[in-house]
Amino acid sequence: MINSVHKKINSIVFSIFSPKQIIDSVSAKIVTPELYDREGYPVDGGLMDLRLGVIDPGLRCKTCNQKLKECPGHFGYIELARPVIHIKFVRQILDLLRSTCRSCGRVLIPDEKVKRYVSMLNKISDDEDAEERRKKVKEIISKYKAKDKCPHCNSKQEKIKIEKPYNYYEGDVRLSPIEVRARLEKVHEEDLVIFGFSSSNFRPEWMIITIMQIPPVTMRPSITLESGERSEDDLTHKLGDIVRINQRLFENINAGAPEVIIEDLWDLLQYHITTFFDNEVSQLPPARHRGGQPLKTLTERIKSKEGRIRHNLAGKRTDFSARTVISPDPLIGLNEVGVPQSMAMHLTVPERVTEWNKEYLRKKIENGPKKYPGANYVIKSDGRRKTITDETKEEILGELEEGYVVDRHLVDGDIALFNRQPSLHRMSMMCHIVKVLPGKTFRLNPAVCNPYNADFDGDEMNLHIPQNEEARAEAKILMLVETQIISPRYGLSVVGCIHDAITGNYLLTKELVFTRNEAADLLYGCGVEDLSSLPDKDRIDGKEVFSVLLPNDFNFVGKDKSGNQVKIVNGLLKSGLMDKSNLGQESGLMLRNIFEKYGPAYTADILGKISKLGIAVLARRGFSIGIGDLDLQNEVSEEISAIVKKAETEAHKLIDSFYAGNLEALPGRTIAETLELRILEALNRARNKSGDVAIRQTKESSALTMAKCGSRGNPLNIAQMTAVVGQQALRGKRIEAGFNGRTLSYFKKGDLSPKARGFIKNNFKSGLTPNEFFFGAMTGRDALMDTALRTPKSGYLYRRLSNAMQDLKVAYDGSVRDASGRVVQFTYGEDNLDVSKTKNGVIDVKEIIQQTIGEKK
Amino acid sequence: MAFDVTKHTLVSKHLKVSDTEKESVFKQYNINSKDLPKILKDDIAIAHLNLKVGDLVKIERVSKTAGIAVYYRVIIEG
Ligand SMILES: [Mg+2]
Ligand SMILES: [Zn+2]
Ligand SMILES: [Zn+2]
Repeated sequence: MINSVHKKINSIVFSIFSPKQIIDSVSAKIVTPELYDREGYPVDGGLMDLRLGVIDPGLRCKTCNQKLKECPGHFGYIELARPVIHIKFVRQILDLLRSTCRSCGRVLIPDEKVKRYVSMLNKISDDEDAEERRKKVKEIISKYKAKDKCPHCNSKQEKIKIEKPYNYYEGDVRLSPIEVRARLEKVHEEDLVIFGFSSSNFRPEWMIITIMQIPPVTMRPSITLESGERSEDDLTHKLGDIVRINQRLFENINAGAPEVIIEDLWDLLQYHITTFFDNEVSQLPPARHRGGQPLKTLTERIKSKEGRIRHNLAGKRTDFSARTVISPDPLIGLNEVGVPQSMAMHLTVPERVTEWNKEYLRKKIENGPKKYPGANYVIKSDGRRKTITDETKEEILGELEEGYVVDRHLVDGDIALFNRQPSLHRMSMMCHIVKVLPGKTFRLNPAVCNPYNADFDGDEMNLHIPQNEEARAEAKILMLVETQIISPRYGLSVVGCIHDAITGNYLLTKELVFTRNEAADLLYGCGVEDLSSLPDKDRIDGKEVFSVLLPNDFNFVGKDKSGNQVKIVNGLLKSGLMDKSNLGQESGLMLRNIFEKYGPAYTADILGKISKLGIAVLARRGFSIGIGDLDLQNEVSEEISAIVKKAETEAHKLIDSFYAGNLEALPGRTIAETLELRILEALNRARNKSGDVAIRQTKESSALTMAKCGSRGNPLNIAQMTAVVGQQALRGKRIEAGFNGRTLSYFKKGDLSPKARGFIKNNFKSGLTPNEFFFGAMTGRDALMDTALRTPKSGYLYRRLSNAMQDLKVAYDGSVRDASGRVVQFTYGEDNLDVSKTKNGVIDVKEIIQQTIGEKK
Repeated sequence: MAFDVTKHTLVSKHLKVSDTEKESVFKQYNINSKDLPKILKDDIAIAHLNLKVGDLVKIERVSKTAGIAVYYRVIIEG
């Protein structure tokens, strides 16, 4: 904008327009309900008068001489034949009528008291609000009203009633808006202060409309339908009614028509003006379209969820973005995101026409918006936007030239930003490469679930399409998933294999053997094309198959989950199993080392291959769990019951010695506390022991396999299913007596025995007794409450921390500075380490030396 | 007799900074007194150093990862 104004706002005062202010500020007087003349040109003095602003691209505003989008629009006015009550001020008018004298207009409080009340009232409006203040005024007035006499002129007061929505009665006589206005005119300026009205720029009679503002056409633009027909805005319709009735009222008054007819028209005018402001007044039938749906007038535009405030101001939406449910696709690349084709046809990327891409873009335009891959808009060299439709297609193709920009559909390889709320760290928003897929969900590689903290139980995610080269380059270079693999928090990979991918590789490296053909088939299916490193023999074991994925110069020594050494020499897995500690997210150094040596792209690629290999292996071998996985041999079951029985006996012995008084207290504990601790310890020991027995003795089962390699479940889960569920604890203690002296009415009062205090000796497979089940429910509820209450608390804590630290940065000299350059730390983190460049927070100097020397050899 | 906090294991070593060292710190970080973290003049940990407002204290903290981490604070009116 050329003629922009720069001014500093000192204060804002809210008031209402006076008739004079309205006339002074408007640019047109509206006199006719007609909108357009025969040529379709706006009528002077009509509701679409060109002095009220422009909505036609070709025309100029007659007031400010600016074009469409430059002219902000200008108000007009109409002069009402008879005044009308403003529906939004009905209450205030009623209060004023009731609180002031009908003949002298003074407030119904004796002069000498007024001063005292004003300061009290001012305090109320300061502490609370104007509404409270008016309530208080009414209270005070009613104190003096009992006398029914004006304290100033002694005239008798009548009771003012209201008949909703806007008819005032004094006794049985109706007060017309003219009479109401006359009353309000009489109200003294100094009395207004009592009601909390600012007297300097407010008069109560302005709450009665005599001159009505007509909003600019820019806020009620007409739309041209496909048929070429014009359709006016609801406000314009309403204003048309107002102008028409007003005109008729004028004519009837001038013609000296009978009072009944005038009254009727006046009421009608009141109705139209009321519904213009608010079409949902409870006692009034709403004004409707011909079709029957109610008009949306001023109040409806502002309020409610779909209104201007909550919808447009508080809830802004971004263009070129999309949101839908996510679902997994292990075959999609780590860097990719699957976008539904229906979305790809709405999300566009602007592409400038050049000599080299003209034909390619022509094809897109030919396909148009309905055929993928097409284009939705063309932006001409002068910046004008054209929608591509079947009708405009030919014309656009004809005029297409270099410099035009085509908004083409999203295609494979486009850049997108992908995000899941809550966006707690930088990996919550990463750059992905678009892959357009059928279906209606976003697809993502399960390996990137971890940084987003996403799962597929209905989670939704957002997608944004950068619209220029700079944004795309920035996103791709700085935010692509593969560049974010190493966490800045702990220096290990945030992505990794999960679930079946881990199980598959575990079984592969542990026990599987293939023929050479099978191995080649398996690997080729995972995207390995170079099979030259596959050993040339008939039987190939899993470790050798896995090794094909590893680069030939990769060396690694680490540990697997069970503590055995994992050794990789020259890209060959010599010993150890591939389980969670090396393939999983947030653990193990193998992925970290691969990333360091071969870089982001290679790591993303190999991770994808390892994942696919694991899943393919599992698919061939077959993998399922069932109730049979929890079977124990008879001897084992007996051993477990013996362990539990022994613990119970031990607990009972402790209780007995407690009652006998010869239990020795632990240091710093009472005897009762000692008893609790020792029982708890004995029972937990029994649970752990029987769990160990169960896990050791269970024959190989799928459930155990998963627990062992860390893909899902842990030994405790298995122990609880097969052996003993164990002691239920609330706040670190055994279940306490919630009833009078006992946990459940089933037990004797004061019973301290394990089973009366929440020890579950059954397992989930055999099933729980009712009282055991109840104890389980108690701890279950406690855990649920805990998570439900802690999540928002810790979320807010985190938010405060991150907001407080958001503009701290590490300066070039290694110190941490705030936004104004003040020092926060002299060396970043005291050790100057960039964690994302370390391995789990450590720099292994020994390894670096070894590698350097080794490479020199 | 009050407890001497400087003897406590959790209280880092607070040392006086000479004027020349002060200048070199300012120069190294390209800062002046107002950019530094602060410490009250009557803070018990520096009571024995007899420092005046505007002086620097050097704090040598035992760090798990860095051995000894050095920190500076400027003394302000308490
Ligand atoms: Mg979820
Ligand atoms: Zn204008
Ligand atoms: Zn009076």
